Order: sequence, then structure tokens, then C-alpha cells
Amino acid sequence: MAESELDRVSGTTTTGHQWDGIKELNTPLPRWWVLTFYATIIWAIGYWVVYPAWPLLWSNTTGVLNYSSRAEVGVELANLEKIRGDKMVALGAASLVDIEKDPALLALARARGKAAFGDNCAPCHGSGGAGAKGFPNLNDDDWLWGGSLEQIHQTLQFGARSGNAKAHEGAMLAFGKDGILKRDEIVTVANYVRSLSGLPTRQGYNAAAGAKLFADNCSTCHGADGKGNQELGAPDLTDKIWLYGSDEATVIETVSNGRSGVMPAWVGRLDPSTIKALAVYVHTLGGGR
Amino acid sequence: MQRESHMQQTQSTKWMTHGEAGLMLFFSMAAYVCAFAAPMALDAPFAFHASLAAVASGAAAFAIVNRYFDRQAALPPQEINGKPNYNLGPIKFASFMAMFWGIAGFAVGLMIACELAWPALNLDLPWTSFGRLRPLHTSAVIFAFGGNVLIATSFYVVQRTCRTRLAGDLAPWFVVLGYNFFIVIAGTGYLLGVTQSKEYAEPEWYADLWLTIVWVVYLLVFVMTLVKRKEPHIFVANWFYLAFIVTIAVLHLGNNPALPVSVFGSKSYIAWGGVQDAMFQWWYGHNAVGFFLTAGFLAIMYYFIPKRAERPIYSYRLSIIHFWALIFLYIWAGPHHLHYTALPDWAQTLGMTFSVMLWMPSWGGMINGLMTLSGAWDKLRTDPVLRMLVVSVAFYGMSTFEGPMMAIKVVNSLSHYTDWTIGHVHSGALGWVGFVSFGALYCLVPWLWGRKELYSLKLVNWHFWISTIGIVLYISAMWVSGILQGLMWRAYTSLGFLEYSFIETVEAMHPFYIIRAAGGALFLIGALIMAYNLWMTVRAGEADVATELALQPAE
Repeated sequence: MAESELDRVSGTTTTGHQWDGIKELNTPLPRWWVLTFYATIIWAIGYWVVYPAWPLLWSNTTGVLNYSSRAEVGVELANLEKIRGDKMVALGAASLVDIEKDPALLALARARGKAAFGDNCAPCHGSGGAGAKGFPNLNDDDWLWGGSLEQIHQTLQFGARSGNAKAHEGAMLAFGKDGILKRDEIVTVANYVRSLSGLPTRQGYNAAAGAKLFADNCSTCHGADGKGNQELGAPDLTDKIWLYGSDEATVIETVSNGRSGVMPAWVGRLDPSTIKALAVYVHTLGGGR
Repeated sequence: MQRESHMQQTQSTKWMTHGEAGLMLFFSMAAYVCAFAAPMALDAPFAFHASLAAVASGAAAFAIVNRYFDRQAALPPQEINGKPNYNLGPIKFASFMAMFWGIAGFAVGLMIACELAWPALNLDLPWTSFGRLRPLHTSAVIFAFGGNVLIATSFYVVQRTCRTRLAGDLAPWFVVLGYNFFIVIAGTGYLLGVTQSKEYAEPEWYADLWLTIVWVVYLLVFVMTLVKRKEPHIFVANWFYLAFIVTIAVLHLGNNPALPVSVFGSKSYIAWGGVQDAMFQWWYGHNAVGFFLTAGFLAIMYYFIPKRAERPIYSYRLSIIHFWALIFLYIWAGPHHLHYTALPDWAQTLGMTFSVMLWMPSWGGMINGLMTLSGAWDKLRTDPVLRMLVVSVAFYGMSTFEGPMMAIKVVNSLSHYTDWTIGHVHSGALGWVGFVSFGALYCLVPWLWGRKELYSLKLVNWHFWISTIGIVLYISAMWVSGILQGLMWRAYTSLGFLEYSFIETVEAMHPFYIIRAAGGALFLIGALIMAYNLWMTVRAGEADVATELALQPAE
């Protein structure tokens, strides 16, 4: 063991230990370090006195404040209820039309609706309600199942093809897969459908044959003029709004395989006043009728 | 004198040691059992792992026999000419693997950072989904990179500071090879969907059992080397290494008591569920940070900084006090991971208060690391390796202040579940663990391979700056995004409804996720420069005659 020696740079002696050339200085503990360490210990002891801290045999110390995080959550939720308060009761009692007439109720419904929309509807319809392929845009005035307040409320509650007994039913048939139309007939009728909204048709397309096929197969739901039928959820084919896409291949795919997108039923999953608020929120997004 | 001993060696009859014979038998049986289990497997990943184990065991048995025929009758001597005959082979291997896994782990980290910014990059394949790559990243950087650095440096430091050859003949090789085989099993398991879904303890029961065996041997090698030391006292780094090895063994056993559904299947169930499991998990998880990522790397700091700076350690007394305070306090802090959950309030209180009391014991290490530089600060200008080591200690100080602060319940109510936590972890992981490991490897590689110096200090400088910029980008992006996220989650309108939907908070994170990925890319580039530099040091570095004579590598 080496002898303790003076380190000239620091003016401190070494301990005399040495390992692989490494020595240690005899520096005392920094005072600020010791004091801060003590301070944290004293603070911890104080905290233990005030809050639940140490386990005992069958229970634990509860602390002088009798604090419980469960009770704290209860208080916070009660405060929230107080802020929302009677207004939410009023929202639940008011009719949909009255909500839109009363500015205070409308603001409340839109605030509640926006929060509920973001967490429940945005995954499919987008956070701004602009939709995506197969999921309708809720900002425009083109509605599959109707855009009045009542109709939106109905769709929100029970959904479309959701399995709920009151859900909107009716789906686009699979004309190709089910053998109703032949491949070349599907191409023809797809071109006819495109022509309804002014889109170009492919070369050699027989317009008369297309019109005949449409009248025989499609007009029952989409109407003779192709303007659709909201009772059946049949889209208007004459406007420029397309749920799945307007290019020829997509239209052929739609006619061949059919479409049956699902909107879930929210009744039972969200409380009635939240569904009401959502109906008002969607109705006032811009396209409500 | 050397010739005499050589004569003796050639005259004595050559026998297999007990270790060789026993291990060969063990691996032969293991190969047989695994080959038998593979076709019986209930799931494909188990069949794959059993086959892998059969092949590895067979190779190990063969390697032992092969080594026996190649070696001289006598085992490598403990000393040559009165100087310890250090065992460097396993250390070289672990150093190489550390660099390899480091780059793999950083690359996977960059991949998942990009997946968060651009989700389509998960390629819609199960193997490349975030859920499987994330544990691959964390395990690769913590256990594969960090673990190999720890094993390499601990085997080096314990020999040098005890002035004796590493205990055991085959045992050190068993540790490094066995540990890396565990990494392969764990990592391929994640990709194939094998996990017990406990953070940082994802490997399933058979990987856990194997790790237990390897770890016990690691402990034995380390302790037996300490026992036969030629120095009167045990060096401070070795206290920290020992605390790390012992506690990791306890944590591993405590958190993994699982019952497999079948001995031929990969799935197991943990002995307890619910809040008890959560409590055990975070007792484990937090002390993996405390004893793997802190105690182990403090040991590295205590050897490599004084060695590189050529200065004595600042305070012996501080090292003792902060060591025991750290060991005693860390083990209680786990519940701060479970604030505002079903965990009883009293446990949350203890977790929080012990975390705050942990602040100064952690800083004791920082003070000792930084103040060791007094009288040698000028070296930071010329030696980028020392600069890396010192900056790592600064990051250690920063994250051990941030940690106790985030453990305070009111702060935690904002920071928990947000990116702030990710930022905190990475200031510790990239800044502290990463940089102190890089510094240690930069020192170690020339010493191990008997090179005068590194291939290029200029490249180390580039590595330092590129990686530092990467870290700063990473952690500042996560601070901003985490606090923004926390504030958005808790924002209420005056009417009493949430201001933002969850999806809006996700959209708000996008720019920060891109910055984070850029930071990660820089960190990876730095590590690639390092790998090149180390490779060239080994291949083309100038031999250091003095070191070679002193060390006499046995392998």
C-alpha cells in the first residue's frame, strides 16, 4: 500500500490507496451537498406526516390531511359536473330544434359535440369531419341517409348496417359477384353512371345500352334520373361527390362487388344528451338541411 | 525461468479440466434435449428457438473439445514474469458485440421514430410493426449494447484493479457467449411476437431461465476475481459493478416467476396479476434503470475518467457515502411509475419521497466525476474522448435532477404518459449511458488490442459533435412535444368539456416526431463513424510495444 501524499494541484492529500495507477483524494463531503441531502430527507419526513405513507400490519399511516387520491378524483369530477351543471340537464330535456334556436344551448351542444366527435367519430370521418374513402364527408350538403337534424340524430343513434334493429339497412348489390350482370354490361353501366355527372366515357361506349341497363337494374334505388334515394341510402349519382371514387375502375369495382359500409349505432355507447349534442354539431358543420 | 516452466508443461500429461468435461457434457445434453423439443413444439417461434439452442449447444460442445486438442497441457498461467496474465479474449468479444448491437439498436430506434412520424413505414407487416420493434430497440440498446459494455468493462476493470487474472478458465467465455445468445433469443422472439408484455422484461420463460444461469456464472467470475485480488482494498468501481450484478439477479428473479403453459411452448403466465404485478414490474423496471443503467455505468465512470484524465478521484469519502445512499434509496423509488393508478396512496408517497431523496446521492457521482477533472480541464480541448466522458457525466447530472422532479406527483400528473418521459429517458440513455460507453470503448479498444492510440482523434471529435447535436434535437423536441401533449390532454373549455380530442393531440406531435427522428439519425451516424474508427484502430493502428509486453494476452 502506497503512502498518503499531497496532491499539488488541489492541495489535498490522497488516501494512500492505489489501483492500476488510480489514486483518491481525501476531500471532505461538499457542505452544500450534505445540507441539500438533509433537506430532502427532512422534506420527505414532513410529507410522510401529512400524507398516507407507511404500511402497517393491516393498514397504513393515513397522514394528518387524511388525503386519498380516490377522493381527489371525486372532487374533480364533482367540480366538472358543477361547471356543466344544469345546462346539460337542459340540453337533455330540450328538443333538437329548440337547441339550435337557443344560442346558449347551441354553444353548449357544439362544445360537447366537438369533444365527443374527436374521440368517437374522427377515427373514420377525420377530425374535421372531411371523411375519407368509404367514410362520408360531413361538411357538405350531400347526405346518404338525410341531412335534417332528425335524420342525422336517427343515423347517429342506430347507425347503418350496424346490426341494431332500427339501423338503416339496404346495401349496394354485387352485380358482378352475384352474377346479375356480365362483365361487359358492368363496364357499360359504369360508363353510363360516370356520364350522369358529366365524366367522360370510354371509346366505343354504347350510351343507349347503358341507359337501358341503368333503367333495368339501378333506377329502383337510385331513381330514373340517378338522383338517389335517401330512404334507401342510395347516393345521388349526378353530383360530383363520390364516396368510393369516380374513376372507371373504382365504379366498376363498386358495381361488381357492391358496397356496404358500416356506421356503428351509438345508442347505449354514448348517453342520449351526448348523441343529441353530436347531431347538432354535425348538423351545424356546414351541410345540415 | 520461463523455459523451465515450458519444460514442465510439455512433460505433464494433458487432461481435460473438470470445467471442460462438465461443460462439454452439459452442452451435449442440452443439444440433445433441444433437438428433441424442437419437433414437439406447440408454436413456430418455440420450434425455431429450440432448434437455435440445439445448434448453439452442439457448436459449444464442439468448440470445447476443439479447444482442448489445440491447447497446451497446462492452462494459461496466472502470472508471467511476476506480472498478472490478464485474460482479454472475452473482453474483446464483448467489446465487438457492444458496437455491433449498439448500431443495430440505434438503427431500430431510428426506424420506429420514423414509424411514429410516418406510420405507413410499419409496412403493414407484423414483424415490422411498432409494437414488436419497440422492445427490440429498447432491449438492443439497454441489454445488448449496454450489457456488453458492462460485461467488457467489468471484466477489464476488475482484473486491472485487483492485479489478477480473471477467475475461471471457460467461465468468462461462457458469460459473454451465453449472454449474447440470450440477446439473440430475446430479439428474434420479439420479431416473432414472443413476449410476456412486461416492459424491459419481455423475454419469455425459457430465455429468462437461460439468463439466470449466465448471470449466476457472471457473478461467480466477478466475485472469485475479487477474492483472489492482490490489492488490499476493493476499488470503488468494483463496488458499483458488484451492486449492479447482484441487484440485477434479484430483480430478474423477482419479476419473472412465470408458469409456462407447456414446456414445449413459448407462452407463460406470471404468478401474480393486477396491481401486485404492476408493483413488481416497476420495482424491477425502475431498478433496471438504477442498477443496470446507473450503478454499472458509474463503475465505468470511476475507472475510465481518472484513468483518461490522469488525475486522482475527487473524494473517497463522497464515493462511499453516495454509493451506500444510492443503493439504499434507489430500490424504493419504483412506485413513481404508478402515480394516480390503482396502487395504494401510501406506496405512491414512498415512491415519490424516496425519488426526491435520491437526488443528492445521484449527484454525488456527478460531483466525483466532474471534479476529478480539476487540474486537467485543459485536456478537454485536446482530447475528445475525455470530453465525451465528461459530457456524459453532465447529462447524468441533468437527468438525475429531472427524474426526481418528474417523480413529484403534481409534475407527474402533467408529464406521465407523455413524450416528456421519452425525452427524459433518452437524455439519460443517449447522453449518459451512450456517451460514457463510447468514451470507455474508445479507451478500451487500443488497450485491448495493444495499439498506441486510436486511429483518428479527429473522427472522435466528429462523432462527439454530431451525436451531441443529435441528442439536443432529440430531447428538446420531446420536451416541447411532451409538455404540449400534457397541456392539450388536460385542457378544458369554459363549458366543462375537453378542448382537444386525442387525435388532435397526435396531429400536434407530428413536427416534433420528425425532429426526433432527425436527432436519432445523427446519433446513429456518430456511432457509425465510431465503428469505422475502432475497426481501423484494430486493423491499422500502430502497435504499442510497451503495452503488449506488460499485458501478454493469453488468447
